[in-house]
Amino acid sequence: MRPVTSPHPETWLKVTPSGLFCEPGGFYIDPTRAVERAVVSHGHSDHARPGHAHVLATRETLAIMTQRMGEGRAGATQQALALGEVLDVNGVRLWLRPAGHVLGSAQVCLEWRGSRAVVSGDYKRRRDPTAAGFEPEPCDVFVTEATFALPVFRHPPAEAEIARLLRSVALFPERTHVVGCYSLGKCQRLVALLREARWDRPIHLHGAHVALCRVYESLGVKLGDLRAATVAKKDELRGAIVLAPPSAVADRWARRLAEPVVAVASGWMRVRQRAKQGGVELPLVISDHADWDELLATADDVQAPEVWVTHGREDALIHALAQRGIRGRALHLVGRGEEDEDAAPEAAA
Amino acid sequence: MSLPAFAELLERLVFTPGRNAKLSLLGRWFADQPDPERGIGLAAMTDELVFAVAKPGVIRELGAARIDPELWRLSYDYVGDLAETLALVWQPRAGLRSRSATGAERESQAMEEATNAPPPTLAEVVEALETTPRAGIPALIAGWLDTLDAGGRLALIKLVTGGLRVGVSGRLARVALAEWSGRPVEEIEEVWHGVAPPYAPLFRWLEGAAPRPDPRDTPVFRPLMLAHPLEAADLAALHAPDWRAEWKWDGIRVQITAGPGGRRLWSRGGEDISGAFPEILAAMEFHGVLDGELLVVRDGEVAPFADLQQRLNRKGVTARMQRDFPAAVRLYDLLFEGAEDLRGLPFDARRARLEAWHARAAPARMELSALVPFDSLDALSRIRDGARAASIEGLMLKRADAPYVAGRVKGLWWKWKRDPLTVDAVLMYAQRGHGKRSSFYSDYTFGVWRDDGELVPIGKAYSGYTDEELAWLDRWIRNNTVNRFGPVREVERGIVFEVAFDAAQLSTRHKSGVALRFPRIARIRRDKPVEEADRLEAVMALLEKRSG
Repeated sequence: MRPVTSPHPETWLKVTPSGLFCEPGGFYIDPTRAVERAVVSHGHSDHARPGHAHVLATRETLAIMTQRMGEGRAGATQQALALGEVLDVNGVRLWLRPAGHVLGSAQVCLEWRGSRAVVSGDYKRRRDPTAAGFEPEPCDVFVTEATFALPVFRHPPAEAEIARLLRSVALFPERTHVVGCYSLGKCQRLVALLREARWDRPIHLHGAHVALCRVYESLGVKLGDLRAATVAKKDELRGAIVLAPPSAVADRWARRLAEPVVAVASGWMRVRQRAKQGGVELPLVISDHADWDELLATADDVQAPEVWVTHGREDALIHALAQRGIRGRALHLVGRGEEDEDAAPEAAA
Repeated sequence: MSLPAFAELLERLVFTPGRNAKLSLLGRWFADQPDPERGIGLAAMTDELVFAVAKPGVIRELGAARIDPELWRLSYDYVGDLAETLALVWQPRAGLRSRSATGAERESQAMEEATNAPPPTLAEVVEALETTPRAGIPALIAGWLDTLDAGGRLALIKLVTGGLRVGVSGRLARVALAEWSGRPVEEIEEVWHGVAPPYAPLFRWLEGAAPRPDPRDTPVFRPLMLAHPLEAADLAALHAPDWRAEWKWDGIRVQITAGPGGRRLWSRGGEDISGAFPEILAAMEFHGVLDGELLVVRDGEVAPFADLQQRLNRKGVTARMQRDFPAAVRLYDLLFEGAEDLRGLPFDARRARLEAWHARAAPARMELSALVPFDSLDALSRIRDGARAASIEGLMLKRADAPYVAGRVKGLWWKWKRDPLTVDAVLMYAQRGHGKRSSFYSDYTFGVWRDDGELVPIGKAYSGYTDEELAWLDRWIRNNTVNRFGPVREVERGIVFEVAFDAAQLSTRHKSGVALRFPRIARIRRDKPVEEADRLEAVMALLEKRSG
């Protein structure tokens, strides 16, 4: 698609110790350390770092960053960019397209002298009531994650997993079901999916999940009756669903719960041994990342002759892309995979 | 939809640590599933029904036929289990996903795929496996895999490779049947081995729709009579002439069933362990049911439990094992002589019948477990204290007029174990427990000092402490961790346990060369500095001679 006279994206979009740098535009995308100008794809802490002088992101991502980092730490100056709105930065055209990962998550689309690169951040292709759905943008280079880039990772429909959770609640009505989930994105998606499945009773939250749920609600995502698990009495939590960080579900915090059934919602739960290590009784395969089929389908959808892989299991993905005639390149970005499911489950548990 | 339902049950059982939760899950299965599905599932879980029709090679070939070799290699490397890898990477052939579909479209297609061809029922799987020639098995499996989701595929592959391993023992299954049906578990035990998969008559009886199945001549397990531990207060209340005493041997309780319908050796829980002890089976040249203790006996001397352990949990046995660890039974009781049920008779009458029968039948490898004569309970107490042979755990007290009743009825039989031995050992490693204890470091590995100043582990204990002590230990361990190995924490050397145990035995499996029988935490010795914990020599001095 790129005219022959256009520069290859590798001449203007470079891997640096601070992350991907758009040279002509003078800004970084998801920089891993504090920089002058940052474009941030979404609010997870391995993409959104504190201390930048200037941050550009969606309104939702800016609100999430401010909540998590504190006023003033999420960019000395903030600039909100609406999805689809095009900006010119020193001759680089820049716009955002939804990535479907969490609320506010966006792909960063860049065009320089007729050559186009899309940095997708983290993304998924499944429907998520709390995040705008992924939109493929045709490009010359597509920068992708590879968290679940093995054919063993094919996520079942999230609705079916929620149905399993509710069947378990019906089978063990005297026990508390505590679901380990990340505080940004997964937690709110689970709440929304439970509401869609007609679970109208209060959902109890670990303290670490409360603030971000408030941010979601202030941004127009309705989550229903949410309560603090910390103040509830043990007996009140019988038959209840409690959401907590994965690190808390099988540890001391969970002692306040009534004979808890420990569930964890993550794409990693697909593999039995992984689930067993964490002492999980009910593994729920619900992920905010693209699975194997979706990674490959997305590479097709964006029609890019070249795909750069930021982090994850790049071997399998690059091998499979080559079979489709797509050139793959591993970027080995440092500092990725430290929050949400990017993190290997051992580190998360 | 039975195979998917079975797959969901298996998945829950695999991940569920709690016994009660397992019982609920099984009860739900019996209630929800029709015949013969529930019975086939029950038999598969308890290994009554094993289809080992597919070898690992078949699984590999199925994978190779459907997936790129490099992707298969990377996937298997990551998952580490052949069956699970195939279950996860398998792509149904029907309804290949279109490359341009959006995520939502793909998702709905995936859901449709699952409903395209109906997945097989367990009955269909069983029937097809029995009737399909070996060469047709891979194609049969592939066809089924196409109809199933990942969980269903894993269940099917485990089923055809014969490796379900879901932690459901026959005993647990019978308790689940009892809880679900409201019938006493003893009644189920007595017919269990007389019924066969898919157990339709059993389920009809449990649902009140038919009489109890009659096992006729089939050898069945009769639930054992069990004893309560004797406490000081119980002892004081006993009137010596009403009681009989016998040694409590440190082997495993067994029941011997022999007759025209066949011969069986049952474990305490009703598992059939005949296959591991052919020499005992060969000696059952009689018609009757006996209660006894299975032991390794050399030249009339009972060997330590560790020797018997070499023979346990095996399906078969080599000639060499039989020679090195010869098995025998010490007989305690006679439940049936011929077809005559003696269980209603008082102990003394049964004992007389047992002695007369034994003198007449003179079975090989079976001796009477002698009664221990005593004049008074004080005298008996001295006899008990004097018994230091590793093969004796203590004494059994049985009421002279008690019938043989199933289960643990208080006041009829007492077990009076000899006082435990103790050692002061240092806490070395801790691991979190399961179920209710999953947030507590409750499993402790402890060690003693060797001459060279190294601490060597001698055992592991999970019990003996109070809830308060557990909470205290948990806190201490979290604050004094020096190293982590997966779920295990190595701790600062700072806690001395007084560990109680029944016997010390030589062991080649432990670095220290010694293994403890039934170790438990007797006390936390907060007063004792770790340097003053016991030395390995002191533990070695407690080692009993290898023969009693």
